[in-house]
Amino acid sequence: MRPAPSLFNIVSVACGLAFLYLPIAVLVVYSFNASRLVTVWGGWSLRWYGELIGDQALIAAARTSLLIALASASAATLLGTLAALAITRFGADRGRTALSAMVLAPLVMPEVITGLSLLLLFVAINLDRGFLTVTIAHTTVTMCFVAVVVKARLADLDRSLEEAAMDLGCPPARTFLTVTLPLIAPALAAGFLLAFTLSLDDLVIASFTTGPGATTLPIRIYSDVRLGVKPEINAICTIMIATVALALIVASLALRRASSATTSRRPGAA
Amino acid sequence: MRRGFAPWADAGARALLRLQGVSKRYGDIVAVDALDLDIFEGEFFALLGPSGCGKTTLLRLLAGFETPAQGSILLAGEDIAAVPPYRRPVNMMFQTYALFPHLSVAGNIAFGLRQERLGRAAIEARVAEMLALVQLEGLGARKPHQLSGGQRQRVALARALAKRPRVLLLDEPLAALDKKLRAQTQFELVNLQARLGTTFVIVTHDQEEAMTMAHRIGVMDRGRLMQVAEPSELYEQPNSRWVAGFIGEVNLIEGRVAALEPGIAVVAALGGHFRVGATAGVGPGDSVCIAVRPEKVRVANAPAAAPTDNCLAGSVVDIGYLGGMSSYQVRVADGFLVRAAIANATRRTTPPIGWDTQVCLTFAPQDAVLLTR
Amino acid sequence: MMARWRGGQGNWWAAFVRLAPTLWLAAFFLLPFLIIVKISLSQTAIAQPPYTPTFDLAAGLAGLRAFLAALSLESYRILGSDFLYLASYLKSLQVAAVSSVILLIIGYPIAYGMARLHPRWQPIALVLVILPFWTSFLIRIYAWINILQREGLFNTALAALGLVDTPVAWLSSDTAVYIGIVYSYLPFMVLPLYATLEKTDATLLEAAADLGCPRWRAFWLVTVPLSAPGVAAGVLLCFIPIFGEFVIPDLLGDSRSVMIGQTLWTEFFANKDWPAASAVAVVLVGILLLPIVLHQRAQARADKD
Repeated sequence: MRPAPSLFNIVSVACGLAFLYLPIAVLVVYSFNASRLVTVWGGWSLRWYGELIGDQALIAAARTSLLIALASASAATLLGTLAALAITRFGADRGRTALSAMVLAPLVMPEVITGLSLLLLFVAINLDRGFLTVTIAHTTVTMCFVAVVVKARLADLDRSLEEAAMDLGCPPARTFLTVTLPLIAPALAAGFLLAFTLSLDDLVIASFTTGPGATTLPIRIYSDVRLGVKPEINAICTIMIATVALALIVASLALRRASSATTSRRPGAA
Repeated sequence: MRRGFAPWADAGARALLRLQGVSKRYGDIVAVDALDLDIFEGEFFALLGPSGCGKTTLLRLLAGFETPAQGSILLAGEDIAAVPPYRRPVNMMFQTYALFPHLSVAGNIAFGLRQERLGRAAIEARVAEMLALVQLEGLGARKPHQLSGGQRQRVALARALAKRPRVLLLDEPLAALDKKLRAQTQFELVNLQARLGTTFVIVTHDQEEAMTMAHRIGVMDRGRLMQVAEPSELYEQPNSRWVAGFIGEVNLIEGRVAALEPGIAVVAALGGHFRVGATAGVGPGDSVCIAVRPEKVRVANAPAAAPTDNCLAGSVVDIGYLGGMSSYQVRVADGFLVRAAIANATRRTTPPIGWDTQVCLTFAPQDAVLLTR
Repeated sequence: MMARWRGGQGNWWAAFVRLAPTLWLAAFFLLPFLIIVKISLSQTAIAQPPYTPTFDLAAGLAGLRAFLAALSLESYRILGSDFLYLASYLKSLQVAAVSSVILLIIGYPIAYGMARLHPRWQPIALVLVILPFWTSFLIRIYAWINILQREGLFNTALAALGLVDTPVAWLSSDTAVYIGIVYSYLPFMVLPLYATLEKTDATLLEAAADLGCPRWRAFWLVTVPLSAPGVAAGVLLCFIPIFGEFVIPDLLGDSRSVMIGQTLWTEFFANKDWPAASAVAVVLVGILLLPIVLHQRAQARADKD
């Protein structure tokens, strides 16, 4: 039997969580502050949300960010899944070692370097910077996160399921589509969501690789924040937090439904 | 044991599955080493061996999940060594069953048939037939996780049989079942195989399982086939010390051939002489091993009745009561321990021969085997 | 193994699965990095792009030779001679090291507490720790600007408690940078620590108690040594990105003492000195490789034991 947690244990966890959530809570509460002075409480109000609606540039930036996130997360999910498949399912040779290293390297590479190097590439090949270049940059980084998530799931998946499909006459590509893909779908969804939020979140890489007309939301917020605290920013941030929270809730509900349909990961290991 | 089926004894019979010089290596490890084997149409063949002996690798070579480094695998005369698994008329039942968790029982059984692009009606008919075969009628719509272990095992069997494979490969098919269910399932598998006439190749580490089910058993060790024989031959006529020791219990007495008589070799061992049925090619002076099973050794207070029987004097050092029989450990010359098993044919609470008793161990010449390897 | 099957559909599928991600990463990760190395060996120029030499494919072999001859170590020389760069690297080292230690001190009790919770509560605590990671880091930093500004909640609270008379300038200081970093990276420290602590076999502690070891000493003699891999992973996971951090020191820190990520940013965006920025990046990667290699060595050694 594990011993019961001590008071110290419980206080540590509680304080840790309070530290993580208090600043966000403060931000959300102040986004409903009627006063322009961020520090003075002037009563509840939706005033700053109203002002956001009129801000065309901000809405355009949000639109750009969402489109880039959608495009890059889709591409990253495809490429990351293929990378995970190549690493876990195909022969151990030098090509696999190189791919494993290339998948891990962007995860630890400082963003300033990734951003700089991609920008220099785009300049070298004369590719105009904008929507496309940011999407490529985000795809490159986030596909590695997707690969890590999907790789973990594939490693967990009973290999004999795929062997059974092939044994029953199913060629490799069709085996992937009819057996592997349905079974790793939750990991794919998680990977997509991760890639989507990472893209939506990114400031540094986007700053390097963006061009005229492709200002993303973080770039816009960053330039505002540098000028000081404004209540409108509290409102934008609250909307972003709410969006992510909603997406996470929907995703976890969908995942729960999907996983209850295929509960046993390793059939037979009863 | 099955009677009347012995194509391997017929020199004119052609094997359905013929392995010639098949080798498989993983780095420095030789999993299967230049192996030759014939398996015949309609045969129930068991690959038996300790874990890591290469039996599962051999099965995976037959299924097509591994490609041999050398050698050929002929199925009905055609080399399939390079044919991918999804093109082989061979199906496998996996140790973990590998039932697709996202498909129903019927979907699992139909999976292989769908790959052949059979018509809907044909698939449904075959699935119903298979469900009936394994007595799972009415469970077609269930998901695998809603089944018991024994039911899952039968779905896996039905799925593998649905495509009417030339050879069915079974990888430890009963390992996940509890002991009681295993005995019943062994019996069902044998009946099913006899009824369908499909060639079965089973991999197991359980020798009783292999003995009860198979026509022939191939005993493997370190990538090599040590002996391929019918169960009774394997037990009564092991061809080496290793096989004798692996299958059942045995006393191995090392010695040297002192003289040859017609059909009998006289072996000098343990400071005495033993008369043992001679094996071909044994000559005086050869170092040999006498293998005698414990149940063939009699324990008596007096010397042997028949003068031709071998006799060993010793004292009882241990008696193990096993219910149906009692196992005796007797210390003989040179401190050598000989095991003897005595059937408890009558009810008794004290052993007929007690501890530290001086006894005579006897066995007839034809009850021992002379081993040279 | 699949790739070895002759004929059939295995071949094109295997080739596609392996080549697509490999080519993508080669084109958009490996190649850009080689370009950085190359530009770090170039010289600044008032041109578009702002460096020489540029490599002209049409010039062929002679062009290549001229190109190679024009490469120089000038940028690296400047990097070594100008104290600004060394100071930024040292500042990054200081911030990354100090933050990692603070994170470990704060994160360990949290992870340990989580691992000791009832199994029913552990997944919930885990989700709660991961959740903030899903909100934008920019938002999280901004939240702290809200709190730490001169008229912010923190100063108000301190004044209310009578701890300070006049508001303290928390922003634009190292303290603010440390708060922002610890806040942003806490999940990265807690998760690997929790992963190893959660696996610790409770019977080991019972064995220690059985052998006469009091609970607190069993913690130091059993739990802590067994969690070493988690500590290493957590520190590595925090140290490396903090070293190259740009946004947090830029928004919360003192602009007179900058970290290397900010220097790179300035060289590139403000000074338009692409070769210098590239040289800064190459040296930065070199520095960050060291802890990674050390960690992998230690891990390989641990695997062997």
